[in-house]
Amino acid sequence: MNKRHRFTAQILEKISERILFISSTVTSLAVLLIIIFMFREGLGLFNHTPVEEGSILAINRANPVKELTAEQVKKIFDQEITNWKEVGGIDSTIELFRIDDIFNFYTEEQVGSEFENLGQLLSEHINAHSNILAFFPAHFKIKNFLGKELPVEKISFGKFFLGKEWFPTAHPAAQFGILSLILGTLWISIGAILIALPFGLATAIYMSEIADERVRNFLKPVIELLAGIPSVVYGFFGLVVIVPAIQQIFNLPVGETALAGSIILGVMALPTIITISEDALRTTPRTLKEASLALGANQWQTIYKVTVPYASSGITAAAILGIARAMGETMAVLMVTGNAAVIPTSFLQPVRTIPATIAAELGEAPQDGMHYKALFALGCILFFITLIINFAVQYISSRKKHG
Amino acid sequence: MKKRERIAWTLFTVLTINIFAQTGITIKIKGSDTCLPISQKEAEQYMKTHAGSSISVIGGGSGVGIAALFDGTTDIAMSSRPIKLSEKLKMQEAGKAYKQIIIGYDALSVIVHPENKVSQLTREQIEAIYTGKITNWKAVGGDDIAIVVYSRESSSGTFEFFKEHLLKNKNYTSKALMMPATGAIIQSVSQTKGAIGYVGLAYVEKDIKPIKISYDQGKNFVAPSMANAKNKTYPVVRPLYYYYTTNVEKKVKPFIDYILTAEGQKIIEQVGYIPVK
Repeated sequence: MNKRHRFTAQILEKISERILFISSTVTSLAVLLIIIFMFREGLGLFNHTPVEEGSILAINRANPVKELTAEQVKKIFDQEITNWKEVGGIDSTIELFRIDDIFNFYTEEQVGSEFENLGQLLSEHINAHSNILAFFPAHFKIKNFLGKELPVEKISFGKFFLGKEWFPTAHPAAQFGILSLILGTLWISIGAILIALPFGLATAIYMSEIADERVRNFLKPVIELLAGIPSVVYGFFGLVVIVPAIQQIFNLPVGETALAGSIILGVMALPTIITISEDALRTTPRTLKEASLALGANQWQTIYKVTVPYASSGITAAAILGIARAMGETMAVLMVTGNAAVIPTSFLQPVRTIPATIAAELGEAPQDGMHYKALFALGCILFFITLIINFAVQYISSRKKHG
Repeated sequence: MKKRERIAWTLFTVLTINIFAQTGITIKIKGSDTCLPISQKEAEQYMKTHAGSSISVIGGGSGVGIAALFDGTTDIAMSSRPIKLSEKLKMQEAGKAYKQIIIGYDALSVIVHPENKVSQLTREQIEAIYTGKITNWKAVGGDDIAIVVYSRESSSGTFEFFKEHLLKNKNYTSKALMMPATGAIIQSVSQTKGAIGYVGLAYVEKDIKPIKISYDQGKNFVAPSMANAKNKTYPVVRPLYYYYTTNVEKKVKPFIDYILTAEGQKIIEQVGYIPVK
């Protein structure tokens, strides 16, 4: 009886071991697959032309211009550049031509009901106008096309990271410069940590060193409750309360600012910072504190000369994890920061962050298009930032163990 | 134990009833958030009068709907913009024929803070404001305060329409504040003195002031209203589309026909949009 019982126990143990093994393997595989998927989509962005898929730019054969950058194309179509001289051509006004303009030159009968003559007419029209810059669908480019297709500079790593303009849906050439997005994300996170760290640390010290049991049992669940509020609620609270308040206090034309984002993120990072640094403070051995008190130091001196230095690595880890929490936050930031893609120079101006950009734009980006891939590339960057933060936390916590 | 068993049985019965109840046709509709309230209301009424049919309506955006159409994960894609050339080419590649139907119209109104003195603008002035050439209300006859430009996110169909029609395809100034939803634009404009924004006619309320627009260099200014949109004097009106692939035509046609009946069009007007007829 006893023997049989032991046998079944062994079998059960083996089975549960297997189950645990399988579930951990499946989890890691799933994570790896998601990362591979993200990078595959993201890297597809590079070495492609930023011109809208299925369309081309064309010029007259006599035009000496060889290539344009995406920025130049945008400026030309926004009519900020109006002369070929400014982009390396001859001194003459640029004549813009979009596919819909064809009816200004030819009748509908000439074009044909199924657009069967459109390719031929385009070719003739471009040949007849020496200063033209035409933008039209690629399948209307006929075999013996009389014009010249104008290539646009391909998207490179440098242009992507250092480009200052984010116009992912600009026609005819999209602008994928993410410098302002990266700086916006860092800017807001730094602001958040500057706000959250003093408050968080003060609360943690109070809870672990000064408060009595009753107060602590009340405070702890309340602070943990903060972590349970959905971020949309934080965002809406920010939009309705904090944004108008900032606008009035600083007398600004607009309240959606980096500061509003930092305040909201600071509040959202508080539970992380408080819980982790309180745990770190509590690990300070009693003997150390008692020794300090026995030497005549008062409680305050003990806290800032003994307890806090002892827990410093834990507190640093708390701060870094707080930053990580702030960086990845999407919804609350999306609602209060105004999302203008400009490089931040002060806390009182709108900024746009990486997660907010992905959340706001992925919904309507055509699948497998350039815009879609650019958003995945942004995801990869966010992934690297978080990875670096995780390594930093691990390094700091391990430093503590070795003394 | 007994209680748990009872709960399990109840769940089981409810599920089986549900499965058997759905033997009628099911239609999936996905896409533009602008069209979402129309489709929901129409589906609700349709299901009341046509027993056994079930219609599910999901938002997500025009692009999402059209992508779902060539993936085959939806029967109807709703869109607040016409299908793009790149999407057309993809449909062609996938070998799918599709049909386009206009179910109603949406008028866009340009809005400002209620205390703003300016009550009318020409299209050219709006273009200059949105491209960043005019930055102070003084330049268009208002007080000396900076203009704060609010726009929808670049993914929105409304963003594209506004750019195409009012900005004549020029790009927005990079200083424009991009808001994730219509509600956020209304909230921000109502609390920012120098603000300008744009929303669908259905969303205009008393906390914001809609502006009269002129499309003929300032000769006639027309106020955005249901009446003006219906008699076509208000210029900023866009069609709302349904797209479906021809292989599901039999299934979706009755529902689309219903929307185009007098009853269906009345619902569109109730929701705050402009009927086709």
